[in-house]
Amino acid sequence: MKNILAASMFTLSLAASGLAYAESVKIGVITTLSGGGAGLGVDMRDAFALAMKQSGNKDVELVIEDDAQKPEIAVQLAEKMIQSDKVDLLTGIIWSNLAMAVVPNAVAQDIIYLSPNAGPSALAGANCNKNYFNVAYQNDNFHEAMGQYANKDYKKTFILAPNYPAGKDSLTGFKRYYKGELVGEVYTQVGQTDYAAEIAQIRDSGADSVFFFLPGGMGISFMKQYAQSGVNIPVMGPGFSFDQDILPAVGDAALGVKNSSSWSKDLDNEANKQFVEAFKAEYDRLPSVYAAQSWDTANLILSALSKASVKDKDAFRAALKAADFKSVRGEFTFNTNNHPIQNIYVREVIKEGDVLTNKIVGTAFEDHKDAYAEQCKM
Amino acid sequence: MSRETIVNIVLALLLLAIPLGASAMGEQFYVTLATRIAILALAATGLNIALGLGGLVSFGHAAFFGLGGYAAGILATHAFNAEPLFFGLPGTTSMPVIWLVAIMVCGLVALPIGAISLRTTGVYFIMITLAFAQMIYYFAISWPAYGGEDGLSIYVRNAFPGVNTAQPLPYFLICYVVLMAALGLFWLLRGSRFGAALQAARQNATRLSAVGIAPFNIRLVAFAISAMVTGLAGALFADLNRFVSPSMLSWHMSGELIVLIILGGKGGLFGPVAGAMLYVLFEFALGGITERWQFFLGLILLGVVLFARGGLLGLLAGKARHG
Amino acid sequence: MSLALLLEQVLNGLQLGVMLFLMAAGLTLIFGVMGLINLAHGSLYMVGAFACAAVAAATGSFWIGLVASLIAAAAAGAIMEMTVIRRLYDRDHLDQVLATFALILIFSEGTRWLFGSFPLYLDIPPLLQGAVPLPGGGQYQLYRLAIIGVGIAVALGLYLLISRTRLGMRIRAGESDREMIAALGVDIRTLYTVVFALGAALAGLAGAMVGALQSVQVGMGEPALILAFVVIVIGGIGSIKGALFGAILVGLVDTMGRFLLPKALALMMPAAQAGLIGAALASMLIYIVMALILAFRPSGLFAAQS
Repeated sequence: MKNILAASMFTLSLAASGLAYAESVKIGVITTLSGGGAGLGVDMRDAFALAMKQSGNKDVELVIEDDAQKPEIAVQLAEKMIQSDKVDLLTGIIWSNLAMAVVPNAVAQDIIYLSPNAGPSALAGANCNKNYFNVAYQNDNFHEAMGQYANKDYKKTFILAPNYPAGKDSLTGFKRYYKGELVGEVYTQVGQTDYAAEIAQIRDSGADSVFFFLPGGMGISFMKQYAQSGVNIPVMGPGFSFDQDILPAVGDAALGVKNSSSWSKDLDNEANKQFVEAFKAEYDRLPSVYAAQSWDTANLILSALSKASVKDKDAFRAALKAADFKSVRGEFTFNTNNHPIQNIYVREVIKEGDVLTNKIVGTAFEDHKDAYAEQCKM
Repeated sequence: MSRETIVNIVLALLLLAIPLGASAMGEQFYVTLATRIAILALAATGLNIALGLGGLVSFGHAAFFGLGGYAAGILATHAFNAEPLFFGLPGTTSMPVIWLVAIMVCGLVALPIGAISLRTTGVYFIMITLAFAQMIYYFAISWPAYGGEDGLSIYVRNAFPGVNTAQPLPYFLICYVVLMAALGLFWLLRGSRFGAALQAARQNATRLSAVGIAPFNIRLVAFAISAMVTGLAGALFADLNRFVSPSMLSWHMSGELIVLIILGGKGGLFGPVAGAMLYVLFEFALGGITERWQFFLGLILLGVVLFARGGLLGLLAGKARHG
Repeated sequence: MSLALLLEQVLNGLQLGVMLFLMAAGLTLIFGVMGLINLAHGSLYMVGAFACAAVAAATGSFWIGLVASLIAAAAAGAIMEMTVIRRLYDRDHLDQVLATFALILIFSEGTRWLFGSFPLYLDIPPLLQGAVPLPGGGQYQLYRLAIIGVGIAVALGLYLLISRTRLGMRIRAGESDREMIAALGVDIRTLYTVVFALGAALAGLAGAMVGALQSVQVGMGEPALILAFVVIVIGGIGSIKGALFGAILVGLVDTMGRFLLPKALALMMPAAQAGLIGAALASMLIYIVMALILAFRPSGLFAAQS
C-alpha cells in the first residue's frame, strides 16, 4: 500500500517552471484502499496522483498508505507519517469518523491537514483550526441543498438515514431548509442491508417524496429494493449515493433521481473539462465527486507551493487560504473557518449510451456557506 | 532456568530495548509502535486469564477493551469541557483515577455478563459473549452523547504524576510497567490455590465440585479479573491514540485479541507478548510492502495454526504448550 | 397502522428469516457432523454473490448466474475443506476460530484482487419482477415471495435428505458416533468433504439470491455470518430444526423491532427522539433475545446433542 510516487519519475515536461520555491515537499496521503469502502479511496488516490503527475512538479513526494477504514490504523499511520516520514502536509481521509480520529491531534502538532472529503460539524464550528482546511464540503451542505430544492415540488416528505452522527447531521441539514411536512423520520441500523420494513412504511405513509442518506453499500441496497418494490414516490438524496463509483451497481433503478452535489462531470468550465478528459484517458473510467475533490486538493496544494515555502507555516497557510487555483467546481473560496464557499447543484441521473451518469438540472445554492462558521473563532 | 524462562526474559528485554534504542536515535515512531505492542499484549494478557487458565474462550473481550477506552475518553472530555459528570462529580485527567474507574466499570459489567454466560459452555459460551459485546457495540454507535460512531477525541493526553506523558518514551514506560505488573499478576494467579482451582475447573469440573469448590464462582471471579485487566488496557489504548471509538468494541477486535494469544502460544505467561509483537510487526511490515497486506496476513496466520502448534513460544521454547 | 402493512412486515420478517436459514443450515450441519466452527462461512456467501453477479453480467441471465453461484460456492467449499479445514477437525475450537478468521482475510482481499474495489451489479430476473396483491389491500414483491418459497423447499429437501437417503443416514451416524461409522467402512473423508460442499452451496445460494436485492461487495458476508451464528446458537447447535426455528425467530424479531419499537416509544416521547432511541434498541434487540434464551436454556431451544 505504500507507493512513494516521486513525481520526478514522470516524464511530463515542466510547464509550470515559475516555481518560487524548489524544495522537496512530502505529502502524506492516508486513505481507504482495502475492504468494502476501498472504491472511494482508490478514486481519491488516483486523482491526486494524476494531478501531481500532470503538474510536472518534481519536488513533491507522496507517501500513500491504506487505513483499511479503521480509525486506530489511521491514527497509527498519521503518527508514523509525522514522526518517521516527517511529512509536511497530510490529506486523503474519506470517512468522518477517521477524520475525527486523526485531524484534532495532527493539527495540534502544527501539521496542516487538507480534507478531500468528509467535513464533520465538530471541526467546522468551535473546534475549527488554522491548520485544518476542508477542500470538500461541510457534512450538512449537500443535505441542506436537497431540503432547499424539495421546497419547490414537495409538501410531505419521508426522511431516513443511518443511526450515527453523520446520519443525524444529514437529517438536521435537510430539515434546516425544508419547509414542508415530515410524514416520517426513520433512523436505520448502520450497515443494514435489507430495507423492506422501511419501504413498507414509506408506502404506508402517504408521502409525496422520500429523502434518504445511506452512503456506500447501504444506498445501493436501498435503491435496488426501492425500485423493485414498485413504490413510485419520487426519491432524492445527496450525491454520494448517485456518484460514478456506485451507479453501475445500482443500475437503471437510479434513472431520473435528483441528487445534490458540489460537482458534476458536465459542469461547464475549462478546468473541469481537462480533469474529466485526463482522468478518463489515464484510468479508463469516469471520475467521481471524490476524484474531483481530490484533484482540487492537489491543485490547491500546488498553487500554494508556487507562492510560499511549506516550511514557513504562516505564509503557506495564507497561500492555501487564498485558494488561488482553477477549481473543477468553478468559483471556490474559503470561508473564515477554512471551509468552502461554493455552489451546490441539483443533478439528475441519466444514461449516456450504456453508461449511467449525472447531468446538472439546477442550482440549489449559490456561494453557499456552512451553518457553523460563526462559532469558529480563528 | 528453563528454556521458556529464558525466552520470556529475552522477550521482556527486547520490548524494552527497542524503544529505548529508537528513542535515542530520534525514531519516535518506533516508540509508539512498541507502546501499541505493550498495550495489546496487556489486553491479551487479561483475556489469557480467562482463556489460558480457565479455558473460557470469550469472543467478547472487545467489550471490556472498549469500555475501558470510553472510561478514559468520557472522564477526560468532561474534565476538558469542565462539565460535571453525574451527581455533580467532576471529570478527571489523572491517569491513576481513570485506570481505577476503568477497572471498576469493567469488573461491574463483567459480573452480570459472566453470571449469565457461564451457564453455558463450549461454542455457546463463545457466542453468548459475542452477543453481549455486540449489544454494547450497537449501543455505542447509536448513543449520541459521546460521539456515536465518530468516537471521542482526547485533546491532550491524560496526566500521570511526575511523568511527561505527552512524550512517547515516558508513556511507553508507563505502559511497559503496567504490562509487567499484569504479567506478575498472571504468574501469581497461576501459582496460587485460586489458579489451581481454576485450572482444575477446566480439566474436570465434576471432581472440583466433589471436593466442595463451586466451579461457577471460581470461573466468575476469573472472568471479572480478566475483564478488568483488558479494561485497563483499553484506557491506555485510548490515551495512546488520544481517541476512542466503537471500533474498539467490534467483533474484529475480540477476534484480534484471541489471535494474539494463539499466535504467541496459549497458556504461556509471555504468549500474549510474543503474539502482540508478531502481529503488530506483520501488520506494519506487510502494510509497507503491499496494498494486499490483509491477504498475506491471512496466509501467515493460517500457516501458524496449521504448522506451528503452540505458537511462537511453542517454537522458541521447544515444546508445544498444552492447553 | 393498517392490517395490510402489518401483514407485509410479517412477510418481510419471514423472508429475512428464510435467508438466514440458508446460511445457518450449512453452518449447523458442519458443526453437527464435523464439530467445526467455520467463521469463513460468510466468505462462501460472498463467493456465491460475486459468482452470480459476474456470470449474470457476462451471459445476461440471472438463472445461469444462480447455477454458477452454487457451483462456485460448492467448489470453493470443497477446496477449502481439502486444503485447510481437514487439518482442523481434531483441534480445539480456538485453533478453528483463528484458522477460519485467517480464511476471511484471504477470501476478502482475494475477491477484491479479482473483481476490483467497486460493488458489482445484479438485478432480479424479469420473470420474478412485480408484485402480488395481499389480502387487505396491500401488495407484496414477487421476488421476496419466491425467496420464501426457495427457503421452504430447501428446508423440506434437507429434511428428506437427512431422514430418507443413504447420505443422510451417514450424516446422522457421523453426528452421533464418528469412530463407529469409520469402523463400519464408510469413507469418512469423502463424507466430510461432501457435507462441507453442501453447506457451502447453501451459503452460495443465499448470497446469490440476496445479491439481487443488495449491494454485491467485499465484506458483505460478515453481518450475515454473525446473524447466522445467533440463529444456530438460539436454535441449538447441530439441529436443522433449531436453525429453521431460530432463523424465523430472528427474522421476525429484527423486522418487527425495527418497525414497532419507534412507534411504541412515540406514544411516550416526541417522535424524533423515539425514532433515535427506538432504532438504537432495535439494533440490540436480537442480541438481547439471544442472551435471554441462553440464560434459560444454555444449549439453545432444540439442542441436538449435549
